[in-house]
Amino acid sequence: MIAEIGHFSLSLALTLALAQATLPLYGAAKNDARLMAFAHAAATGQLLFVAIAFAALTAAFVTSDFSVSLVAQHSHSAKPLMYKIAGVWGNHEGSMLLWVLILALFGAAVPAFGRNLPETLSARVLAVQGMLGVGFLAFILFTSNPFLRLDPAPLNGNGLNPLLQDPGLATHPPFLYLGYVGFSMAFSFAVAALIEGKVDPAWARWVRPWTLAAWAFLTLGIMLGSAWAYYELGWGGWWFWDPVENASLMPWLAGTALIHSAIVVEKRDALKHWTILLAILTFTLSLIGTFLVRSGVISSVHSFASDPTRGVFILALLVATTGGALTLYAIRAPQMKLGNLFTAVSREGGLILNNILLVAITAVIFLGTFYPLFLQITTGTQISVGPPFYNFFFVPLSIVLMIAMTVGPFLSWKRGDLGQALWRLKIAAVAAIGVGVATAVVGTGSLAVLAFAAAAWLFVGSLAVIAGRVGNDWTKAWARISGLPRATWGMVVAHIGVAVTAAGIAAVVSWTEETVALLKPGETAKVGHYEVRLLTVEDVKGPNYTSKLGRFAVVAGGAQIDELVAERRNYPNPGSDTTEAGLRVRPLDVLYVTIGQSHPGGAWTVRMYHHPLVFWIWGGSVIMVLGGALSLSDRRLRVGAPRRAATMQAAE
Amino acid sequence: MSRWLALVPVLILATLALYFAIGLRTDTRTIKSILIDKPLPAFDLPAFPDDGKRITPETLKGRVTLLNIFASWCITCRVEHPVLLKLAMEKRAEIIGLAWKDKPDELKQWLEELGNPYATIADDRIGRTAIDLGVTGAPETYVIDKKGRIRYKHVGAIDDYTWTNILEPLVKQLEAET
Repeated sequence: MIAEIGHFSLSLALTLALAQATLPLYGAAKNDARLMAFAHAAATGQLLFVAIAFAALTAAFVTSDFSVSLVAQHSHSAKPLMYKIAGVWGNHEGSMLLWVLILALFGAAVPAFGRNLPETLSARVLAVQGMLGVGFLAFILFTSNPFLRLDPAPLNGNGLNPLLQDPGLATHPPFLYLGYVGFSMAFSFAVAALIEGKVDPAWARWVRPWTLAAWAFLTLGIMLGSAWAYYELGWGGWWFWDPVENASLMPWLAGTALIHSAIVVEKRDALKHWTILLAILTFTLSLIGTFLVRSGVISSVHSFASDPTRGVFILALLVATTGGALTLYAIRAPQMKLGNLFTAVSREGGLILNNILLVAITAVIFLGTFYPLFLQITTGTQISVGPPFYNFFFVPLSIVLMIAMTVGPFLSWKRGDLGQALWRLKIAAVAAIGVGVATAVVGTGSLAVLAFAAAAWLFVGSLAVIAGRVGNDWTKAWARISGLPRATWGMVVAHIGVAVTAAGIAAVVSWTEETVALLKPGETAKVGHYEVRLLTVEDVKGPNYTSKLGRFAVVAGGAQIDELVAERRNYPNPGSDTTEAGLRVRPLDVLYVTIGQSHPGGAWTVRMYHHPLVFWIWGGSVIMVLGGALSLSDRRLRVGAPRRAATMQAAE
Repeated sequence: MSRWLALVPVLILATLALYFAIGLRTDTRTIKSILIDKPLPAFDLPAFPDDGKRITPETLKGRVTLLNIFASWCITCRVEHPVLLKLAMEKRAEIIGLAWKDKPDELKQWLEELGNPYATIADDRIGRTAIDLGVTGAPETYVIDKKGRIRYKHVGAIDDYTWTNILEPLVKQLEAET
């Protein structure tokens, strides 16, 4: 019964989405206040119905109702409650339902938080959100219905893939989707602006918080996925340039460019064509990310629901949404007014450089991901693109980006003075040279030395932004610091996060040590400055798995300083192994131990890594998220934009 | 902004969509083997269970067969297994197994537990023949024509979709050849 309620309310949501996609649009064109107001009710109603459907599916998972086919395929009664719930989105159908739930959530947030939006704009934005809702609800109902019944119901389910039974991965998809789908707001605002034919600073100020929130969620989502891969897959890697990872990185890069170019629209009323295009591009890349994972068009370790019929549907959705938006763009963009002028060396110029670099990196990743497909279709040759390609372009471009993004905040709007900006960064330059020399002495490749130097430059240069605002008069320092807008703090913190992540990456690439040894209990192997002794290996029984559990003593300088536990778990349902690495996490390094196969004579394969600064990679991402949150809490976003007419006069 | 410049993004999307559409119909997972349309590489392996018979490329000549590379240690083979069983039971294909680097007792237990879809199993215990065939991982399936030539290589588990859309039409076509 519960499943039928879910199915039914999903159908209701589709009907309501159809109305939301059309009536407010007509209302906005005819200036009919009642039809425009309907958009708000419809968006709230859609959230209600999709939430009921989602709750119904969750109930089916929690109660282990195996008469629901999806539950039987992906759950098991012996599974801990947390993973029964996570099982809802641990599969194609359920994850699409989560996708639509988040879409509805963002849609309903417009009437809740966007009270100061002009009526026509909010009606049009919600209509576009409604169209997206129609597309994805139809996709679920017609190709991926999560509520299909199974008759007769099996006694027990197949179980969730054990790799997914982990707190990191239970939370990774929701955050990733909050990011992907959050960019739909930028998209809807862009399309609404194209329909209105008006892009102005007020528009940018409305669009920015949505984009910023989506960007922060996506950052967190990518970070969780990477950290999960690190400790769960058991081979000490944290990024693999796998097509599906690239699929999440591309919208992140484009979204990062978007939050920066929107600043130019907001402050200077320029770069309008580009910002609109970027908003469309960012959401398109999110859609392509969905397309990649689900269609099987590109093979990847992640592709969990390869099904060509679904692929065709998603491709049609992509063509309809992005194609529609870009066609509208082709018609409307030539009529839009060009923005204000500025010289190349200026804050605007710096932000454009940022955009060029970010889009170039996105393009490199796009090419790397799809080139094999294009080549195979065009010439029939099969190749695969590996990490060397990405590193060759990604690393130098990122270094240039870090150098430039340090200087940007020191340039003034319209016309900047590069010499003066660089002079104010003299301490950062000293820090960069110092760190560069130090890392070169310790020993690493020249590109890594540059990366370290650039990270130090960015780190100290970002702090210099604050120092510069404080000035030399220390008596007024506190007043000036507390008077700085939160957006400035957000920028500084986020940039510091980038520096921390970059330093972490450079250190791991430069100084990782790996040891593989055959150890009997009592024997010792060395990795980094640690010695690791295998103490015992025990058989352990968990709630739904059995495990070989190895205990290790960590020895440094002759004394035991820590004890680690590494496991190799076997899940009988659906019969697979996972690795639980033993980690000793310190601010400056991570010791990583996994236990492998047993060998005759009582020896075990033990794999150990010493990863300097690896935690900085994720720590930096968390700092970036904090920066985003700080910027979101800025007063000017909470209070909202000034009245539109006033801004228009000021800009013209 | 020029009218033509504004058209560029939508044109790029159209090109991309075209490629994606073709990509959906192409299986990007199949890695083309250089052995396609060539005879099977020479091998001489004991049968499993060992009854003294030898399995050579000659064994596979005279009819269309599927040569399936599998092992008891291979998880994906477990996923594929019910599909093979169904094909064998319904006599829709003759499947020759190549047990790749497997231990006899584990292999025996695996077949007893899950059933045996194979007409014959060749025991490639040291994995030499798998190297000659260019096996990239288990499971893999080679479609062998009547003259003992490799006509198609499928990497990964056979599922209902690949059978009805790729393998079955090919097997029918090869059976029609003289």
